[in-house]
Amino acid sequence: MSFPILFLLWFLPLVGALFLIFVRGNEAEVARNARNFTLFTSLVVFALSLFLWFNFDESVAGFQFREQVGWFDLPGGYTLTYHVGVDGISIFFVLLATLLTPICILASWRAIQDRVREYMIAFLVLETFMIGTFCALDLVTFYIFFEGVLIPMFLIIGVWGGKRRVYSAFKFFLYTLTGSVLMLLAIFAIYYATVASGQFGKGSGTTDIPTIIEFAKTHGFDPEFQRWVWLAFFASFAIKVPMWPVHTWLPDAHVEAPTAGSVILAGVLLKMGGYGFLRFSLPMFPDASEFFTPLVYSLSVVAVIYTSLVALAQEDMKKLIAYSSVAHMGFVTIGIFTATVQGVQGAIFQMLSHGVVSAALFLLVGVIYDREHSREIDHYGGLVNRMPVYAGVFMLFMLASVGLPGTSGFVGEFLVLVGAFKANTWVAAFAATGLILGAAYMLYLYRRVIFGKLDKPHLQDILDLSMREKLVFAPLIILVLWMGIYPSSFLKPIDKSVANLVANYQAAISKQTAKKTALKLAAPSISSSAK
Amino acid sequence: MTQTLGNIQPAIPEIFLAVAAMALLMIGVFKGDKGTGAVSALCVLALLLAGAGVVVFTPVGVKTTVFGGLFVTDAFSVFIKLLVLAGSALAIVMSVGFNQRERIARFEFPVLIVLATLGMMMMVSANDLMSLYVGLELQSLSLYVVAAFHRDSVRSSEAGLKYFVLGALSSGMLLYGASMVYGFVGTTNFTEIAKIFGAVDHAPPSVGLVVGIVFVAAGLSFKIAAFPFHMWTPDVYEGAPTPVTAFFAAAPKFAAMALFLRVLIGPFGDLADSWKQIIWFLAFGSMLLGSFAAIAQTNIKRLLAYSSIGHIGYALVGLAAGTVDGLRGVLIYMTIYLVMVVGTFCVVLSMRRGNRMLEEIDDLRGLSRTNPMMAAVLAIMMFSMAGIPPLAGFFGKLYVFLAAIESGLYVLAIVGVLTSVVGAYYYIRIVKVMYFDEAGAPFDKPVGGAMVAIQAGTGLLTLFFFAFPGPLLAASENAIQALING
Repeated sequence: MSFPILFLLWFLPLVGALFLIFVRGNEAEVARNARNFTLFTSLVVFALSLFLWFNFDESVAGFQFREQVGWFDLPGGYTLTYHVGVDGISIFFVLLATLLTPICILASWRAIQDRVREYMIAFLVLETFMIGTFCALDLVTFYIFFEGVLIPMFLIIGVWGGKRRVYSAFKFFLYTLTGSVLMLLAIFAIYYATVASGQFGKGSGTTDIPTIIEFAKTHGFDPEFQRWVWLAFFASFAIKVPMWPVHTWLPDAHVEAPTAGSVILAGVLLKMGGYGFLRFSLPMFPDASEFFTPLVYSLSVVAVIYTSLVALAQEDMKKLIAYSSVAHMGFVTIGIFTATVQGVQGAIFQMLSHGVVSAALFLLVGVIYDREHSREIDHYGGLVNRMPVYAGVFMLFMLASVGLPGTSGFVGEFLVLVGAFKANTWVAAFAATGLILGAAYMLYLYRRVIFGKLDKPHLQDILDLSMREKLVFAPLIILVLWMGIYPSSFLKPIDKSVANLVANYQAAISKQTAKKTALKLAAPSISSSAK
Repeated sequence: MTQTLGNIQPAIPEIFLAVAAMALLMIGVFKGDKGTGAVSALCVLALLLAGAGVVVFTPVGVKTTVFGGLFVTDAFSVFIKLLVLAGSALAIVMSVGFNQRERIARFEFPVLIVLATLGMMMMVSANDLMSLYVGLELQSLSLYVVAAFHRDSVRSSEAGLKYFVLGALSSGMLLYGASMVYGFVGTTNFTEIAKIFGAVDHAPPSVGLVVGIVFVAAGLSFKIAAFPFHMWTPDVYEGAPTPVTAFFAAAPKFAAMALFLRVLIGPFGDLADSWKQIIWFLAFGSMLLGSFAAIAQTNIKRLLAYSSIGHIGYALVGLAAGTVDGLRGVLIYMTIYLVMVVGTFCVVLSMRRGNRMLEEIDDLRGLSRTNPMMAAVLAIMMFSMAGIPPLAGFFGKLYVFLAAIESGLYVLAIVGVLTSVVGAYYYIRIVKVMYFDEAGAPFDKPVGGAMVAIQAGTGLLTLFFFAFPGPLLAASENAIQALING
């Protein structure tokens, strides 16, 4: 077995968290040590993940860096394995998680003064679960990581959040849990479907993701069964993405969470939903995915247009960005279910771009919130006069969010629209409308906060970005431009896996259609022979 | 199969425990209440020795019956007995400090727990409806007394009386059911009954027998507090002194559940189609009631009472499936639940301020600041009871719901997971009180070394179960194979 890099990747933060428990000293010392140590740990993890990227083989469509160890037995004698690995679809999500964690730690440097050690522990545990979710190659392992995220996030929102933090934390927890428990049952159902197929030894099945994908390719699950299981997975991922109409937990959670919590929420947690569609729904249940594509399109189009309109009416900056997240994720789900290479690539790219851009936007709100303790748009105005650097940074990310060419936002949206146009012109047309609305609310926000006269007395001595804050934004700025100007560095590694995914999907669909036509052709002959 | 009265070796642990209980009772009488500490320590020792005896004296790998087929030992009984003994021993350890501070430290308490434990061991080893009843009654009578142990407290006396009246009723039902079974089958011995219905061409069960099974099941449902025989639970949990509640919630539930498995799988295993619907209904009702009724509770003992009803419902899902995997799920679930409930009550027992016992959830306000370790342990238990991975409670749910899906019990599975979301609401509400709310006055310190050790131990077990699930899975597999194949 080669160097277990993925194990180290998710395990290191956990070791860091355990270590933090034993830090001793007075409160100030503990806080200082906890900050430094956590930053150090998360940077080491980030460095490891960069190593992962450099050693990633772009020419392979399957999983790499695989680790597989027997874990425990399921009924039927199947030994469930701890199985991890990354492919083109998941590698950048891992990188996104490892990049945003140190940024979050830096962003919370001053903002979090209360119970610093516990905060840092929660973040490290959260990082473990996030990385694990994207690496897991076993359904149960995946579920454990996916669901485990709830505990640290619940505590981060509830302990360090704003005024209505309790309500938001509960809403977040219960919404996501409801979706996931149904997915858990679906996982069991898949296991027993594989048992029933008799392909995996007598009485035994599998929960191994690559094996199931292979099984879906060669044998395929029963179409009727697929629909039920697809719906259960959909319940979980649609809430996580979130899609309209189950998005309502998101604005609450975003608004009340501390800045870093919002960043992780928007940057990584939402992507778990999109990732889930790509990893499970499309490859495992292609027939059901095709069957439900109109549903996904409709919900996504509603999300894009409706939440954009809602965002226009917001008075709270964080809420506005939260609604814009729902709209952007609407693009992602459209892209995924176009099941074209461009659409899926665009969806992944859009998720990565949104992960960086929305994270930056929340951080930008956090900057002025730390100074003024208000998120109201009306509280601000004319900030450009006192904070020119801030205004510049804000403009870049605002335009990236709108999708200006040259920024990361453009590439993703463009690819999604190309894919959507191929698959369904109307969907593409409606989605494009969302782009215009997106420009409207972002520009409106920017004008009201940054431009105009600085005539509010409490803003007269507001300070521009500090060195630490510039440091926080620097990597994000570089990334947004890099992704916008030379997207190939990111699209290339994705390419093979996506092409493989789409090819398998289309093959399964055409197989199913052929079967249906064969049945239709066969039907009259049976009835005629009966006569 | 050996069937001689002469060979009493497998029953040595029970005989030892009976003798020890009587001897300790005498020591107590001579020493008076001053000797409570010593008697408690000796009782724990006796339980541990009995545990060692179970391991040493039970023939390995074979089902052995003694006393003319009344008493049976196999891997299943060993598994249950060891956990029951551990649960009882921990209950005594946790009670010592509490009883002293509440000035109810009397030597009868640990002795009664030993007697109840003896009853449980008899139940687990029962191979005949008669020995089942005798064991059950020994356990129940001891429990009635300990429920009313705080005799100057109205609440405790009320709890004891309520428990006694309803318990007697359920015992009556059980006995009635047993007599029906005897009347229609002609024997009370489990092995004999199993043989009759195990025959390929046995006659379909008569209505009278089915009624008998229903009555037996109803009587046993009362003991595990499954809906609709749960009414006593909240009042008894709330009224009884907390160490007693802690004891009730752990070992007796576990033993009664084991007995339930033994009775339904042993003699009536081949009549599964007759009793599965009953269990389905019990599980369905318990899960719903356990989750919804707990929402409005403010007293933590009452809340845990409803939560226990819910957990019994989840465990019964495995029994409703009726497959090997389902039964194994029941054992895994109950074992994990035992650990969680001991840890939770250990925290509840440490809730004291100004040397007064506190029971309101609100009293836990801001515990994460005043006593971070206790808060962390309780939070782990609550997330685990809610079934959030990677904590132990998740694995319990995993196995029962796997079995439910396997057997096609989709409605039960879906209701089960949805009620677990409802249940999560009140579990995380406790986390909220401890972590999100402003701190109240701190609890009394120190809570005692033994308490800290139990809290830490159960907390770590629950937290790191995912890393080492093997031993429990193997042991439960072994136990169930012994139960089914005999």
